[in-house]
Amino acid sequence: MSTELDPLTGGATVSPAPGAAATVAEQTKADAPPPRPKHRLYRVLFRGPLALRGRGLVIAIPYLWLLLFFLTPFAIVLKISFAEFMVGVPPYTPLVEWVDDTYLKITLAFSGYKYLLEDSMYVNAYLGSLRIAATATVLCLLLGYPMAYGIARSSPSTRNVLLLLVVLPFWTSFLIRVYAWIGILKNNGLLNNALMGLGIINEPIEMLNTEFAIYIGIVYSYLPFMILPLYTTLEKLDGSLLEAAMDLGCRPWKAFLKVTLPLSMPGIVAGCMLVFIPSVGEFVIPDLLGGASTLMIGKVMWNEFFQNRDWPTASAVAIAMLILLVLPIVGFQRYQLVQEEKAREGSK
Amino acid sequence: MSQFARNLQDQVARAEKGGSIPTDTPRSIIQIQNVTRKFGDFVAVNDVSLTIYEGELFSLLGGSGCGKTTLLRMLAGFETPSSGRILIDGQDMTHIPPFERPVNMMFQSYALFPHMTVEQNVAFGLKQDGMPSAEVKKRVAEMLDIVELSALGKRKPHQLSGGQRQRVALVRALAKRPKVLLLDEPLGALDKKLRERTQLELVNIQESLGVTFVVVTHDQEEAMTMSCRVAIMNQGRILQVDTPHAMYEYPNTRFVAEFFGSVNMFEGILVEDEADHVVIDCPELSRPIYVSHGVSGREGGTAYAAIRPEKVALSKEEPADTSRNCSTGVVQDIVYLGGESTYLVKLDSGRVVRVSLQNAYRAAEPEITWDDRVWISWQPSNVVVVSS
Repeated sequence: MSTELDPLTGGATVSPAPGAAATVAEQTKADAPPPRPKHRLYRVLFRGPLALRGRGLVIAIPYLWLLLFFLTPFAIVLKISFAEFMVGVPPYTPLVEWVDDTYLKITLAFSGYKYLLEDSMYVNAYLGSLRIAATATVLCLLLGYPMAYGIARSSPSTRNVLLLLVVLPFWTSFLIRVYAWIGILKNNGLLNNALMGLGIINEPIEMLNTEFAIYIGIVYSYLPFMILPLYTTLEKLDGSLLEAAMDLGCRPWKAFLKVTLPLSMPGIVAGCMLVFIPSVGEFVIPDLLGGASTLMIGKVMWNEFFQNRDWPTASAVAIAMLILLVLPIVGFQRYQLVQEEKAREGSK
Repeated sequence: MSQFARNLQDQVARAEKGGSIPTDTPRSIIQIQNVTRKFGDFVAVNDVSLTIYEGELFSLLGGSGCGKTTLLRMLAGFETPSSGRILIDGQDMTHIPPFERPVNMMFQSYALFPHMTVEQNVAFGLKQDGMPSAEVKKRVAEMLDIVELSALGKRKPHQLSGGQRQRVALVRALAKRPKVLLLDEPLGALDKKLRERTQLELVNIQESLGVTFVVVTHDQEEAMTMSCRVAIMNQGRILQVDTPHAMYEYPNTRFVAEFFGSVNMFEGILVEDEADHVVIDCPELSRPIYVSHGVSGREGGTAYAAIRPEKVALSKEEPADTSRNCSTGVVQDIVYLGGESTYLVKLDSGRVVRVSLQNAYRAAEPEITWDDRVWISWQPSNVVVVSS
């Protein structure tokens, strides 16, 4: 017997099956109120060849979400990126307009993109963002791996406490935590005062508004995103594999390189993605902690939108950044697919 | 059991007794000397001493938590004894790390590296030793040939069946030609039919390679089928070390008798204690038990008499001598097991005794059936008196 949820009435429609199920169906029929005439839209959506039922309905919800909150804004930004700046409301030229009530005129302006390539500032900002994000990701990995390893190897009771400590900073707003770093890093801040108080330095070291401060900010903020996926892969790792490696002649360090590291690769990749991607477009950290000399694309975009009010150029920056971030993800998924196929071929 | 194993058993028996026939005395490969391992207050292994000889298939048998796996892990180097010494091939290995020991282990979970192919798994230990790659290749092919897995060398472990994985784990551990192979429940994850076949395969491989095997198992049938000698452990101690035959026929304690095969255990009072026989008076039996060998007991003390089910005779007729070693009862249940049947006879005292009879004839109507009144009897030589 198959039971389907009727999405409008919320009740279950029971299709009768031979045997005992038939009586159940009859009962349901007897108890149910007389059927209401169904609306035409209902028939299109839930009956007929394009019917949205059961599984289809469940899948449709996330797609609808993505359509509304991701694809639509993306289309708007994409549209603006092909317009030209002009003074007015909105501050850009229309893409599609009627001329003389006869012609449909579509104007695709590439000036925004051209500008990106011509002005070296944008290219530099992209490269700077990639460099800073990549370096910060490596730093997060170097810091996060031993931490995740330690947590995964600790006893179950301390493990939960340690995991709680990792996610504890999330209870405070991200913005406030980055602000707090200003207090620590500034010239007469906590760190400089402590170092001077201990007699290690005589005059404050310029830390705030440097690239160093940006690294501190990014590594601090995104470290949990590295630790958590690493922890989940390391925690699943079978301890007897390490014992087997040692039994077959590996010293502990080599056993780690040969067994633990390759088996934690999915966690490393996931953690790096989770740190790298948001770091590239990071705006708050370079704005609050970084100096004028450090160019990151998120900040450039913000300036373009809110200071220059050049929406088309800002949109072009956004689209370019999106492409820059989507390409590595697509590449990674390709790699995964190839790996899976390799594994499948091995089984033949 | 093969002739090879039988000869080795004889040699070991001579060596254990201290007899010296210089030409074929087996060489001891593992010596465990007064080893104790504590985890906090819990004593997992309690003052164990044991000698294992070269070429033996030795089983450590016991229930869960008896300390057999801890003992094996101490041999592998994953645990360090709290006190005592472990010698492997004459060298003190008590504090040597696992990667420097001349032993290899086959893990209960097999512990195959999931990111490597079968070949890479088998080659792993060889590469650690810095063996030239041409030689590694040859050895891997050789090892996979032994277990007939040559065709599956490029597969990953998750693409193999349980039995295939078990065999890969075996040859991976054997590839380095260790002096001793430690096997932790090697057949535990296989189904019954496959397990029985693999037991003999394992023995064949062991004998053809001449490697000493130390097997941890909880399955007494498995230990009986495969081993030259068996050690039975309970609560961290070794109770008895013997050949399967001696273990079954001459258990030295009540625990061993009951753990190794099934047994009818009678508790009684030692009423007569002579050099060539003893008599035990058991309230559950209508006649006293007469045993045709002396024991080191105390007259008037408690004694335990163990009689195996297949050594009890079952008959509707009264036995010739009804003064001793017999009792009457009613057949309460019959368990048909194919090759044999187990009769549960309820004695007049209420005690239930197990009796095994061979089903030697196919079409024969069972002579004795439910609710029949029967006599059970046994030979004086078939009773073993054990300590508690």
